[in-house]
Amino acid sequence: MSQMRESTPASTTSTVGLGGIGTRADDVFLSVRDLRVHFPTDDGLVKSVDGLSFDLRRGQTLGIVGESGSGKSVTSMAIMGLHKPDSVQMAGSINLGGTELVGASPELVRSLRGKRMAMIFQDPLSAMHPFYTVGAQIIEAYQVHNKVSKKVARDHAIDMLGRVGIPQPAKRVDDYPHQFSGGMRQRAMIAMALSCDPDLLIADEPTTALDVTVQAQILDLIRDLQRDFDAAVIVITHDLGVVAELADDILVMYAGRSVEYSTAEDIFRRPQHPYTWGLLGSMPRLDREPTDRLMPIKGTPPSLIQVPPGCPFSPRCTFTDRVGAACRQERPPFSDSGARHYVACHLAMPERQKLWTEQIEPNL
Amino acid sequence: MSTEPLLTVTGLTKHFPIRKGLLQRQVGAVQAVDDVTFDVAKGETLAIVGESGCGKTTTGRMITRLLEPTAGTILFDGRDITHLSTGQLRPLRRDVQMIFQDPYNSLNPRHTVGTIVGAPYRIQGIKTEHGIKRAVQDTLELVGLNPEHYNRYPHEFSGGQRQRIGIARSLALKPKLIVADEPVSALDVSIQAQVINLLEDLQSELGLTYVVIAHDLSVVRHMSDRVGVMYLGNLVEIGDRMSVYTTPRHPYTKALLSAVPIPDTARRQNRERIRLVGDVPSPIDPPAGCRFHTRCWKATEVCKSEVPKLVEFAPGHRAACHHPEVPGEQAEVAPDGTAISPFASPDLIEP
Repeated sequence: MSQMRESTPASTTSTVGLGGIGTRADDVFLSVRDLRVHFPTDDGLVKSVDGLSFDLRRGQTLGIVGESGSGKSVTSMAIMGLHKPDSVQMAGSINLGGTELVGASPELVRSLRGKRMAMIFQDPLSAMHPFYTVGAQIIEAYQVHNKVSKKVARDHAIDMLGRVGIPQPAKRVDDYPHQFSGGMRQRAMIAMALSCDPDLLIADEPTTALDVTVQAQILDLIRDLQRDFDAAVIVITHDLGVVAELADDILVMYAGRSVEYSTAEDIFRRPQHPYTWGLLGSMPRLDREPTDRLMPIKGTPPSLIQVPPGCPFSPRCTFTDRVGAACRQERPPFSDSGARHYVACHLAMPERQKLWTEQIEPNL
Repeated sequence: MSTEPLLTVTGLTKHFPIRKGLLQRQVGAVQAVDDVTFDVAKGETLAIVGESGCGKTTTGRMITRLLEPTAGTILFDGRDITHLSTGQLRPLRRDVQMIFQDPYNSLNPRHTVGTIVGAPYRIQGIKTEHGIKRAVQDTLELVGLNPEHYNRYPHEFSGGQRQRIGIARSLALKPKLIVADEPVSALDVSIQAQVINLLEDLQSELGLTYVVIAHDLSVVRHMSDRVGVMYLGNLVEIGDRMSVYTTPRHPYTKALLSAVPIPDTARRQNRERIRLVGDVPSPIDPPAGCRFHTRCWKATEVCKSEVPKLVEFAPGHRAACHHPEVPGEQAEVAPDGTAISPFASPDLIEP
């Protein structure tokens, strides 16, 4: 692992193409540039991800937020190399600690999966094999990447189950997934993902299937484990509350594109994209006085086969008349509005800030 | 809003028998709902919240009489509907309707929107002034759909639009009470807000009474007038929404509220957190006494043996607890919020 890090060629520090995000810093561990993931179908080309760029440092958590169909899960599966090569068209760059993953051979990606990057899925019941014990599944993953005896691997599995807070791990290691409750199963899946000490952990809706009290337990666990393992973590969710609990940086996606990207603090305190405003206005919130009416975003998300020209959010945006034709004709650049706050919007920055402080924030 | 109750539920209980062996002898029961009592006034919204398996959906299904209660009574508009037969229930269906959670499974994919929303008229044999088609189109317009959608099929619609079709179907016969079981949980945030606003508009326009079943505490606070909290088949707390949210009396309600993630980074440090340990016990063999005692950090011997009664703390605000919360008091839990019951199963505490 350390060998790979040292062998990072100097060329990766330059930017690859578009996206608006500048030169890669040297400590960036995962760097995605202008990623495009398209699926040809009988109805046309589905542009699930269309120009996505972000960086992630070790020990940091990135939250990717968006509604269904915004391309969040397609992105995570592209990083993990889980799309079938013959049914997908991928372009751009995914650089994981110096290794380029777009266009890499399936063998190379397989050798990285588990060891350098691992994933936690939304539904642990369907992500685990019902026919094998929980222990057997962790042991298998560990033995693929480590030449150890079954005994050592088993001890490691018990150790991992203990670390994720499963009581009596030496006994539970021989249980089948159906014998675990939902929260325990999600813990076991986290144990499996972390068993080879990955550098990158992707959690795709890790708590969506769980109850609120169990969700709080799992969010605490992910936060604690990240500190212990010093991994880079990507949390994919539709729930702004979950990213506020976990994320250092937040990327907001809409129709396969990044619309806003900044620190969690800035996204919640000084959001600049009308779509982010819409998301915040749509949510009833416990930390504010109850409002009489929510402020929903009008309309529905676009079809990914026919993404509107220009800004994909323009048909639903209430501020297009302030800009004019550009919103419907030109794709807005994803540019830094200052202090690592990237926004893809045709509104001028001072106007966006004015709108937020004068019109949006007081009504939330 | 009048104070006269439209719906009165007393001691409602549902046990699903577990049968085993050749003779299908009953060997136990899933005690899904146990001794639940509440009423709903005309024109108000009562929300029932709780985690999965707490019996909230079963309660909703008994109110609409999709399930027959094992014990207890349901009075609707002064009439006992607890044990009505299928035939006797049919006129009731005009007054009590249901909105389902999943807009994908609750609409027949082979029927057009016109057939789906028109079905209540056909089944009830209702003649409308300008024909069923016109009545259906009016209803579609009411829920924000285009009347031209009449001949389309459900798969042509998005999730939010399908939920509107489900709402149109429930509104067709101008019911008095609508039981909405997780009406927005399958929808995206931006669409969720549209549907919540629609339900609120319809309530004020048509004078509807809602029983909303949900697990999302933020949505519940927004939509409801009163809130009932369920845990493992029991109603543990019920009251006015602001009273329950600002001064929860039951430790479970307090823990539940503290577990909701708040979408604001500044608040993640300085809020009181209570982290319950373990999972909800099985409803086949629920703990004796207070069912929450195996996860409650305040539990004592009395909680283990005696079932707490609902006690009134403020007008209309009742909770069932031997050691109720005092407003303003901090929970006595570990600094990281971990709350362990003295009666927790030993496997949980053992490292």
